Amino acid sequence: MWKWLHSYADPERAYNLSGKLLPWFSMLAISLIGIGSVWGLAFAPVDYQQGDSYRIIFIHVPAASMSMSAYMAMATSAFIGLVWQIKSADWAAAAIAPIGAVVTFIALITGATWGKPMWGTWWVWDARLTSELVLLFLYLGVIALYASFEDKVLAARAAGILAIVGVINIPIIKYSVEWWNSLHQPATIKITEKSSMAAEMLYPLLINILGFGLMIGAITLVRFRAEILARNSMRPWVRELAMTEGVK
Amino acid sequence: MKKGISFRQAFFTLLKRDLQIAIRHKGDIFNPLLFFILVVTLFPLGIGPEPQVLSRVAPGVIWVAALLASMLSLERLFKADYADGSLEQMLLSPQPLPLMVLAKVLAHWLLTGVPLILVAPLLAVLLHLDNNSYGALIATLALGTPVLSLLGAIGVALTVGLHKGGVLLSLLILPLYIPVLIFATTAIDAAGLNLPYSGHLAIIGAMLVGSLILAPFAIGASLRVSTN
Amino acid sequence: MVEQNSSKALLSANQLTCIREERILFDELSFEITAGEIVQIEGPNGSGKTSLLRILAGLSRPYAGDVHYQGENITRVRDEFNDDLLYLGHLAGVKSELTAEENLNFNLRISGYDEFETGDILAKVNLAGFEEALAGHLSAGQHRRTALARLWHTNCKIWLLDEPFTAIDKKGVEELEHLFLAHSKRGGCVVLTTHQDMGIIGDDILRKISLEYRFV
Repeated sequence: MWKWLHSYADPERAYNLSGKLLPWFSMLAISLIGIGSVWGLAFAPVDYQQGDSYRIIFIHVPAASMSMSAYMAMATSAFIGLVWQIKSADWAAAAIAPIGAVVTFIALITGATWGKPMWGTWWVWDARLTSELVLLFLYLGVIALYASFEDKVLAARAAGILAIVGVINIPIIKYSVEWWNSLHQPATIKITEKSSMAAEMLYPLLINILGFGLMIGAITLVRFRAEILARNSMRPWVRELAMTEGVK
Repeated sequence: MKKGISFRQAFFTLLKRDLQIAIRHKGDIFNPLLFFILVVTLFPLGIGPEPQVLSRVAPGVIWVAALLASMLSLERLFKADYADGSLEQMLLSPQPLPLMVLAKVLAHWLLTGVPLILVAPLLAVLLHLDNNSYGALIATLALGTPVLSLLGAIGVALTVGLHKGGVLLSLLILPLYIPVLIFATTAIDAAGLNLPYSGHLAIIGAMLVGSLILAPFAIGASLRVSTN
Repeated sequence: MVEQNSSKALLSANQLTCIREERILFDELSFEITAGEIVQIEGPNGSGKTSLLRILAGLSRPYAGDVHYQGENITRVRDEFNDDLLYLGHLAGVKSELTAEENLNFNLRISGYDEFETGDILAKVNLAGFEEALAGHLSAGQHRRTALARLWHTNCKIWLLDEPFTAIDKKGVEELEHLFLAHSKRGGCVVLTTHQDMGIIGDDILRKISLEYRFV
């Protein structure tokens, strides 16, 4: 099992493999997000309580759910890098961080935008929004730490450790924030998707969630490939690549 | 030349050395304490002296100030050792690294955390904290500040080789402090309303146990990266 | 006990590559160090001597390759390796707030020794009479000697010393050289970097590993 993993740990092979995966990820992501968004924004029925403003969930919910998944992916990758000392895994973790931060930011902005018509105010210390805000801080911490090291091989290792520490803390933070919220606010204002959501609303939402996941994967692959090239710029295979690709 | 030092002896050797150095360098103990007192005194000046308002915000103010003081004092935890090569020697010593790290964090907590706990009731008086809440304040600080030291030490270990100051450190560790802050302040609030707060303390205690077990490994791994 | 191990390499470097700030310091460097050897790593400033020593000690992780201690990867047998390793860097952990005696006492205890006479050891490095002086008040040479004192009370086989002669006078250097020779006779090995010429350890005994300054 680990022998197999190690064979892909070699930067050159990781670069080539990710190059093969990239077109699939990007094509699927574009088509799924296209279908999901058009369906959700134009064809899905109007909500009887919220009118058309509910349609922001087709962006908000995928972003929110993927913001957490991206953190998990980053921490998993960092864990692999730490335990089996695989540099490619550290780089993958470092590649995910800014994407995760942007997705989290999108979730926050769309959440606030949704809040305006719902609650009449942009920001409410709602449990979910607060957790999302803390998640953004965790991402920014990882990014800031990565940026602070001159030696990027070390930077990726350090950022990886922080990501793992963060992932252990996320459930505790989430739980404590929810609990804090339930103490300080009655449960009247809370974003809860109705569990009995109409299928015409649910399907485009699910398609968009999947599309967002693939999009994050695709952007991660692009950044991962760039990271590999930057870290190996003095290796012969990268020079060769630059010679052959650079001419075009 | 036999090697006969047990883990326990090694732990106390390091603890003793760190306490000895700190006692010869007293500023390190008093500065964070002064910071703590100063921040708390700023609040009545900022939000007005009404006792009701102050007693309402007292738990939060004291805890946020304790959090910041703890973080600021932590910054020096590994700095000197890093600069004079002691840290490398610690990493290469035959003693288990998590144990050594724990000794250093304990020494640091004894020097900076304990004084905070001792001076907190005084500040509570200034902020008109509810009379019922004093026990909860002391208990949450006693259980919570070690958690702050352990979690904070991870961030310090990650940044010790960098020339950046506390701003980066705060970005790394303040989000991790949120659960402690929430449970500690709600425990004090509950005590003020004469409600039981042992459940809150149990959760903070659980966080202490968890961080006692896990943090030393994270700190050790971080130090290995920082000294690379 | 020495016989068995002397046939086997105490420390071996396999295909070590070190990259610092996008510059390759050394590439696929391999060598073996056996018991009884005294090895000098030489090369101009910036050629990676300290980096190599730190990789051998397990403080730095090489970009590629690994270091083996008696045939085992040092990351796997870190405890046993650390137990047999004495590494002294440019700065070797002397606390200026503590006295020379307290420093030595701490360093030896943390290395696991519990029976020693700090006064005797300090006398061997010409620090008799300075036991109670704060290390911060000592001269550079005395400061360095406080760190080096550990070499007189150790049973670690592998000594990795980064510039051990810095700030040490001629007589001190000679004493250290005698100590290295005695250590190698006992079946230990010494790996050191220095720009100074050694008078006592001749070229017939000293093995050299040369690093070049590489521009790429």
